[in-house]
Amino acid sequence: MEKIAFERPFIKKLSAGMPSKFGMKTEIKPVTHIDDVAVEELIQKYGSPLFVISEKTMRETYQEAYRAFSTRYPKVQFAWSYKTNYLDAVCRVFHQEGSWAEVVSGFEFDKALANGIPGNKILFNGPDKPEEYLKKAIEQKAYIHIDHFDELYTLKQLAATLKTRPRVAIRVNMDVGIYPKWDRFGFNYENGEAWDALNRIMISESFELEGLHAHIGTYMMTTEAYGIAAAKLADLATGLERKYGHVIKYIDMGGGFASKNTLKGAYLPGTDTAPSFDEYAEAITSALINSGIKPENLPMLILETGRALIDDAGYLLGTVIANKRLSSGYRSTIVDVGVNLLFTSFWYEHQISPARPTTQHTEETAVFGPLCMNIDVIRESMVFPLLKTGDRFVISRIGAYNMTQWMQFITLRPNVVMIDPESKVHLIREKESLETIRQQERIPGHLQAKKQ
Amino acid sequence: MSLRKNIAVSDSGFVFDPSSGESYSLNPIGTEIVKLLQQGRSNEDIIRDLTGKYDVDDATLERYYYDFIGMLKQFNLLENGE
Repeated sequence: MEKIAFERPFIKKLSAGMPSKFGMKTEIKPVTHIDDVAVEELIQKYGSPLFVISEKTMRETYQEAYRAFSTRYPKVQFAWSYKTNYLDAVCRVFHQEGSWAEVVSGFEFDKALANGIPGNKILFNGPDKPEEYLKKAIEQKAYIHIDHFDELYTLKQLAATLKTRPRVAIRVNMDVGIYPKWDRFGFNYENGEAWDALNRIMISESFELEGLHAHIGTYMMTTEAYGIAAAKLADLATGLERKYGHVIKYIDMGGGFASKNTLKGAYLPGTDTAPSFDEYAEAITSALINSGIKPENLPMLILETGRALIDDAGYLLGTVIANKRLSSGYRSTIVDVGVNLLFTSFWYEHQISPARPTTQHTEETAVFGPLCMNIDVIRESMVFPLLKTGDRFVISRIGAYNMTQWMQFITLRPNVVMIDPESKVHLIREKESLETIRQQERIPGHLQAKKQ
Repeated sequence: MSLRKNIAVSDSGFVFDPSSGESYSLNPIGTEIVKLLQQGRSNEDIIRDLTGKYDVDDATLERYYYDFIGMLKQFNLLENGE
């Protein structure tokens, strides 16, 4: 007699709670392939866990974003935010698409140069620009976005020493009606500090004032805030035009566009709530076009969006280690992907999908990482199919920040591969080994084993 | 090992506990196990039956069987002291 296919026995409490008026489905679709490459095949060849980046998705997302702005405004330039993902292969895809580089440290500055980006296409942001790098930025003709008065005066001294005029912009912070208000970077608009900084720059004649920069926050769910920010920067630009007859070359609206990930505590999924590139573009470009800036002087619009360009292109593949009941009877699934690799699980409800079709039966489960640390929680609670030891899964939308904020903690960082538009797989960062870690360490003589 | 006497189980896998007012749903194999428990069959006995019938190895079945029993206990559906 032929045996019946086995499904684990399962009991589920029925609760007549409040139904969702939006009628969201709990159906879970498997992700078996990424850009036509089988997930199982990728793990067999490159190990588990594994970061996968889709070059096709990157390029399509970039082109969609560029089109949204360039169809509404005459001069648009994107600058790739290195801190979001500075794997060289990733940066080079965006550079090929036409992006400049936006860097926030000396290390990132050097990385951009090594990726073949000339200094005059590098925007140098951030509160910490060591003097040696300011000097380098001046020599390379990079755009230095001044963050505070101490930096302004350091630059002024350097300008005198080097007998050259650094190309600068100032970063402006402002109230755009959102919480939290970011006021730790740059000069404040409302209290007049930004205007004061601009006056000091203009009067000193030590600088080429090229632009104005703002970055109002991160994961901005409202586009109006960008409209307000653009209007305030445009107001400073018209002030400069009126008082000094000086026309700035660019307005840099920074980044902070939301990706389609769902934030913890959000009622609706991010796919339903994140504004589109068109909506952001409409708010920003309308504010600039309707501002007091003369049409012939409209500055170039620079965007440093990172998260919204790369998040969708990144996947993290992994394997189930075990299933376990907690003392309350609640199910938990232990997987080989921890918070050391998936830093964004601290603020996102990441979408996790099985890598092969499953039955319709699901159970509420907590998803724990492999680290022997209580904080290693990927999802506190999610409705998930009944996966067992060895089953593969795919975490989607993880391209932003995870490959820069990851930690070498307890385990080593795994391979990262990129799938090119022809579905060819390329290893772009090799997994770490014990040797990778040990080569940085030095053992003092008295702790070295004596040779027999 | 047996199910509490007053628990009602339908053939379609619907479970009702009159003392708590809670209801539950079972998948087909879950229904089968609960029915066998109602008859007062032992765990070993049930596992032996199921291994012969389903396409599964002993270890996997045992593991999921006891996980299921754990859930029945958790929901307070089994006789006390077992």
